[in-house]
Amino acid sequence: MSRLSDANVAIAKEIISRYPRPKSALIPLLHLSQEQNGYITNEAMAHLAELVDVTSAEVYGTASFYEMFKFEPVGKYVINICGTLSCALMGSEELMHRAEHKLGIKAGGTTADGLITLEHAECQAACTEAPCLQVNYRYRFRVTPADVDSLVDDLRAGKLSDEIPAHGTLAKVRQHIPADRGVGVVAPEAATTAPSWFDGKAAL
Amino acid sequence: MTGTYAHATGFYAGDRPRIVTSRFEHADSFTLERYLATGGYQGLRAALSRPSNDVHDEVKKATVLGRGGAGFPAGTKWGLTPDGVFPRYLVVNGDESEPGTYKDRLLMERDPHQLIEGCVIACYAAGLSQCFLYIRGEMAQAQERVAAALNEAYAAGYVGKNILGSKFSVDVVLHWGAGAYVVGEETALIESLEGNRGMPRLKPPFFPAAIGLYGKPTIVNNVETLANLPWILTNGADAYTAIGTTTSPGTRMVAVSGHVKRPGVYEIINGTTTFRDLIYGDDFCQGIRDGNELKAFVPGGGSAPWFTPDQLDIPFEGPQAGAAGSMLGSGAIMVMDNTTDIPAAALTLTRFYAHESCGKCTPCREGGTWLERILRRVVDGKGTDADLQQLIEVGTSICPGDFPHASSTRLGLTAVPFPYKMTTICFVGPSAYTPVHSALTLFPEEFEARVTKRTHIPVTAVGVGE
Repeated sequence: MSRLSDANVAIAKEIISRYPRPKSALIPLLHLSQEQNGYITNEAMAHLAELVDVTSAEVYGTASFYEMFKFEPVGKYVINICGTLSCALMGSEELMHRAEHKLGIKAGGTTADGLITLEHAECQAACTEAPCLQVNYRYRFRVTPADVDSLVDDLRAGKLSDEIPAHGTLAKVRQHIPADRGVGVVAPEAATTAPSWFDGKAAL
Repeated sequence: MTGTYAHATGFYAGDRPRIVTSRFEHADSFTLERYLATGGYQGLRAALSRPSNDVHDEVKKATVLGRGGAGFPAGTKWGLTPDGVFPRYLVVNGDESEPGTYKDRLLMERDPHQLIEGCVIACYAAGLSQCFLYIRGEMAQAQERVAAALNEAYAAGYVGKNILGSKFSVDVVLHWGAGAYVVGEETALIESLEGNRGMPRLKPPFFPAAIGLYGKPTIVNNVETLANLPWILTNGADAYTAIGTTTSPGTRMVAVSGHVKRPGVYEIINGTTTFRDLIYGDDFCQGIRDGNELKAFVPGGGSAPWFTPDQLDIPFEGPQAGAAGSMLGSGAIMVMDNTTDIPAAALTLTRFYAHESCGKCTPCREGGTWLERILRRVVDGKGTDADLQQLIEVGTSICPGDFPHASSTRLGLTAVPFPYKMTTICFVGPSAYTPVHSALTLFPEEFEARVTKRTHIPVTAVGVGE
């Protein structure tokens, strides 16, 4: 099953409704699809194409540009070890060696049990807390090689499953605009004059 | 308060004026309740009590320099939209990914309401009909905090229809990316928001304020830039310009990382704080780790040409850093001590930009990869002196002419001021060359020690024709 479920179609339609052009919703919808399936399948892209009214080739064209979308199954947990300057200065290469050794895989690989994928990442915006890594985009700061070992042990023992959702789930909170509070989309062709409140007088 | 706060990892308050980080000491700084208890949404109320052009003038007067990297004043940017063309959109650039930089992530995680209030004020002042808040894909917690804050703000009437009961209405839509550094370039951000591959658009038009999202006038502002607006509308532009210098008023956030004793994010007084203060000051990084010596530092994010101890007394101020051969970018300093392997350090940055090239411009797509591969060869000890020449040749095809660099008393070099010329649409290509050029110019001996002389073998030596 890689088409969006009925519940997710409802979420997808709500997301699409916030944009003047349905295609703008594509990246959030690809995330939704990845949240459901763990990765992006051809069938999923065909379904998203229907939802935003483009071809599935256009969906793939967009999706394949972005690092976070995976087109083959990855581990339940994806560990990204940063290797850009600040982390490199503080020993990130050693972390990668330790992780490769501990997991018995090379960067880019997935453990045989399908639990963990290891990746080399570029700057994760936590440079003062170097070296850092992310597990499914949740941070670990000032990581030591010993921390890598215990992180892997904890993931294997299922100790972090409350804190870290399976790969694909990003934010656990979604935006919801209540029907009576939202303004609705302002389409580029619909409004050709200044908004009524933009009239040179105070709004309050 | 001088300590760090356990919940705001990496942030140190110090004894300085705080405009955008004033709530970081509270563990619940991201909630509406805390925000309202600490003056939240007062700037919005003040703004809506005045005509929108009045609010625009106030922000212009404050000269809020854009905090995304280019330092263009926000009020002036808003004024670039063509008269009478509507709708206009606001796109918030929260795709923070410049190496060394993180401040927008803290502002989104720790004070999302301040950002939302800033967005709503900007829309009111510049006549923008819908706002899209684009957050970097890898920042899961920032997305959660902003989503939760938006839900609270809608329910309480600070966003959406008839804000604060007034005639003013605007939606703020949370959008998030999926991992691509180049999307931080404003036209690439717009492409991405339209559901496309995030490639920068051809220029002109130089500013999306003329033609942007869906072909309509669009203001793209950085998170930190917008986070300043509530304070300015509450306290007035005069109070803002009283802090900092005439050309660089207010405060700004700076992340200092690498080989210092206390790496951290600091809100500093704009324009007067020097690099020496930041790296050695007791209130900042407290010096180099392990009693080591400073070797070099990157003053403004991975894209910035490097400085050495010669430049320590330059203040963190755009034009002065520019004249000295670099730039301040997005407010990030990366410090290297005397144990640093300079070619290897440069390689991590060049690899970053080569990896993040979107592939649109040939000099960047091909050149970045060449730079990375040649530099890798040199770092691995397999390079020749011809490789060093080749690095410069490839760099010159991305940036023709003189490339900016710092002065060096050790080498008898005078500075070449920023900026450079470029053969690419955006700054990703030149940024792949910047670390190579800085490292080669300021530390030539480390490269020369690494390479072997290429032996020229004449054709006759192998006996051809004899």
